[in-house]
Order: sequence, then structure tokens, then C-alpha cells
Amino acid sequence: MKKIVNDPELVVEEMLQGFVAAHPNDVKQLPNTTVIARKDAPVSNKVGLVSDGGSGHEPAHAGYVGEGMLDAAVAGEVFTSPTPDQVFEAIKAVDSGQGVFLVIKNYTGDVMNFEMAKEMAEAEGIRVQQVVVNDDVAVEDSSFTTGRRGIAGTVFVHKIAGAKAAQGGSLEEVKAVADKVVANVRSIGMALTPCTVPAAGKPSFVLEDKEMELGIGIHGEPGIERKAITTADQLATELTQKVLDDMNLSSGDEVAVMINGLGATPEMELYIVNRKVSEILSDKGFKVYETFVGNYMTSLEMAGCSVTLLKVDQELKDLLEVQSKALAFRR
Amino acid sequence: MELQIKQVISWMEKTNEKIQSNKEYLTSLDQAIGDGDHGLNMARGFQEVVNKLSSSNYTYVSDVLKDVSMTLLSKVGGASGPLYGTAFLKMSTALKGIETVDYPQFKKAVVEAVNGVKERGKANKGEKTMIDVWEPIVDFLQKQDNLEAKELESTAEKAMEATQDLKATKGRAAYLKERSIGHLDPGSVSSYYIFAALSEVLEEGA
Repeated sequence: MKKIVNDPELVVEEMLQGFVAAHPNDVKQLPNTTVIARKDAPVSNKVGLVSDGGSGHEPAHAGYVGEGMLDAAVAGEVFTSPTPDQVFEAIKAVDSGQGVFLVIKNYTGDVMNFEMAKEMAEAEGIRVQQVVVNDDVAVEDSSFTTGRRGIAGTVFVHKIAGAKAAQGGSLEEVKAVADKVVANVRSIGMALTPCTVPAAGKPSFVLEDKEMELGIGIHGEPGIERKAITTADQLATELTQKVLDDMNLSSGDEVAVMINGLGATPEMELYIVNRKVSEILSDKGFKVYETFVGNYMTSLEMAGCSVTLLKVDQELKDLLEVQSKALAFRR
Repeated sequence: MELQIKQVISWMEKTNEKIQSNKEYLTSLDQAIGDGDHGLNMARGFQEVVNKLSSSNYTYVSDVLKDVSMTLLSKVGGASGPLYGTAFLKMSTALKGIETVDYPQFKKAVVEAVNGVKERGKANKGEKTMIDVWEPIVDFLQKQDNLEAKELESTAEKAMEATQDLKATKGRAAYLKERSIGHLDPGSVSSYYIFAALSEVLEEGA
């Protein structure tokens, strides 16, 4: 393993210290926790937004803390959801009396830890609502299984629910718009190389030189299909088709596009993918409202990308436009 | 059988020893069909449990188990934290106010633990999760009037080995569907260590 670290056991804590040192006017770390909150939290008369996740997805989730997006992000160990007591601290820190909204990605651990934190918060009289993001079309959606994972589409939930809260939306209104995003966002990812969790010291799986893994998650877990590597155009076509197959778009519909890098893929390659994705969408008669290309939800140093499409209407477009001062999503 | 505070603490110490010495093994099992953090998280959690227990004084078994639960909840993370935390919390509740736990009380506590885990994880037997060890243990306990420590261990071991042939429908391995077959379930292996440690403690006490 070759990484810039001091002690593999301390990567999360040292990252958070460095993050706060870089942005002292914007964020604070709650004492004795792994919670990064807006410096001015709790913001009075505003629904508080909290998201969580294991670390290793940077800039998620602390990068989305800021006016117009999240009020707090709870960092777990690398690829491990944070514990209920940490989430509870975040909830308490951002509650202004208007309630707190949790954005959860659909993983067994995340859902359970958040449910327990929610029970703790409700026992103290804090109103809590949540949305579970499950945008990954690679995974079968079934009531008999864990269901689909939450991946890069989560960033759109942060942005749009955060904008609604910033405009003074009630807890119920924030939930309604977050549910709407989840209903209209779909993603799929692929990887060229695995990644190494610092404390584990070796890659989570092996891919041969000419292999790629389709339907990859964002935790170094294997995907759904391993196959020979293809050209960027063929890959973009396959990914886009899998997402569109699950979306029910009609000609003239508008979409926001996110071409997300998983950590080690240069923007050059992401733009090459986007070239084909935008061509396909335009050929099919869909309008691209806005495109986001970059590293939004990564998986350490994994090489690969994901394609996310969000069907937008006027409400979602307006909320996408609202100012955001989040460090990784300024507009 | 009888379980007193001393034995419960010893149970946790032996569990911790097994988890520490199999940390890499658990992680490698989890890398195969999960996200590769199980060994690290369990090792961190049980080390904290042992630290906590050695620095506290207890009157009731339930207080020990409650500290085990709260420590696992706040130190493990992932899915294992809430699941193991729930298991020990339910045991603690079932044994509240008891100084020396007898076999019927222990049985009831394990039943409560399994029900709690099922409810928290929304999983049942046969889905390639820790329940595939805990439920066979409950079945075994229900059938026995006296607990044979060795049989407890072998029941847990057999149940753990049987997870190899299961297709995961819950937990992160579920994403792999058929590709999860042929691998042991990491949560079942760590659960096996817990029962193997208990079996050793009971043998020593006998």
C-alpha cells in the first residue's frame, strides 16, 4: 500500500482536522465527534439537514456542508457508516426547533444507525424526517432484499433538499421535494481498478489489466458484472442505456446529468464519457438542463466513473439554481 | 449452567481475543462479498468493550451486558454495530436485576436477542446473515434441558459453515446475488467466535 498517511487508524480524524484547518470560517468540528457542521449552526428558523456516510467518498460528505446544502455531515470510519451517537450529536447541533431532515444512502448499516439516532432524537422531542436514497440501477430493487444502493445521485438530494430548507421550507416540504428527487434520479457506476482501505492495507478485489467491473458501488465492493474493457463511447452507451431503461423519459423531457469520477479517473476521461452521454440524450430527444462533471462521490483511489440522470421539472430546476456555499458545490 | 459477572466479563475477553487474532481473516471474508471492514470494526469495538469492562464495577450481569451493548453501538459502526449492540441490549433487558443467571433465564435472553436482531436488521434465517448462527443456537437451546458447552460450540460452528452455501439476500453481500455463494458470511463467523468463547467460559466454570 502506498498512501500519504501517518497512521492508517487515524485517517478520518486527521482528515477532519485538516478540513477544518482549511475552512475555519465556514465549518466547525463538534468536540469529541466526527461531525462537521456549518460554523453558524443551528441556523435559526431553518430545517436542519444532516447527511452521513463512511469516509473515503470525499468531497462527500463534509464538502456539501454550507449555506444552501447540508448543516452537518457525520463521518464514519472509511466505508463504514457512523454510529448512532455521532448522528444524534449532529441532529442536536443543527436543530433550531424546525426539525431535522436526514439524507441516508440505502445501505443496511446506514439505515440502522440513522433509525437508532432518530429514535434517540425523538425521545428528546426533536422532530426528524428522512429520505433513503437508492439511485443505483445496477442493483435489483425488491422488497425481499436490501434494495438498491445510494450512490452519486445523493448529491442532487443534498443540493435540492438543502435549497428548499434554505428558502424556509418546512420539514414536510423538504421531505416532499427530497422524495421527488429520489423518485426521479438514477445512476450506475463502473470501475477500472479497485481501491485500498488504509487500515486494511490491500485492495478490496482484483481486476486484471483488460477487465472492468460494471455496476460498482462506492465502497470497494465488487459490482454486478465483470467484462473486457471497451472504448469510452461503448461504455458511455451501455451505462446511459441502463439508466434510461429504468427512467421512463419522454421526448422533450429535461434532465440534469452528473458524470462522477470515483477518485483516480482524470477529468479528461470524464469529459470523454460526457461527450457520448450528451450525444445519446440529444439523439433520443431529451434536453440536458445542466451537466456536472467531476469528483462528487468517490471511492478512495478507485479508477472509474458513474453516470447519473435526474429528470427535472420547473421546481427542481429552480432549486438547483439556488445559491450554495457548500465547499464542494459552490454556485 | 450459571453465569455470573465474572464469567460474562471473561466471555467478552475471550471473544475479544478470538476477534483480535482473526481480524485479518474476518476482513478478508468481508472483502470477498462485502466491503472489507468487518474485522477492523469488530476488533475496534471488542477492544473498547474489554477496556470498558476492566475499568468498571458491576452489581448485576445486566449492567455488564448493557455496557457491552453501548460500547459496541458507539464504536463499531456499519451494520454490525447496531446489530450486535441490539443483541446485547436485549439480553441485558431480559436479565435485568439478576445476579446469577440460570439456564432458563439465559435461554430467554438469547431468544430476545435474536428477535431484536431480526427486527433491527429486517432479516430472517437463510439470508446469509448472523441470524443463520443465532437462530440455530436458539433452536439448540430450546431442545436442551442442560447446556452442554461443547455442543454449543459445535452447533455454532456447523451453522457458521452452512452459510457458505447460502445466497445472500440481506446485507451488502446481497448485491452479489449468486456470486455470494461459496463464501462464508463474515457476520456468522464473528457470531461463531462469540458462542465459541461462551462455550469455553462455561467449560471452565463446570
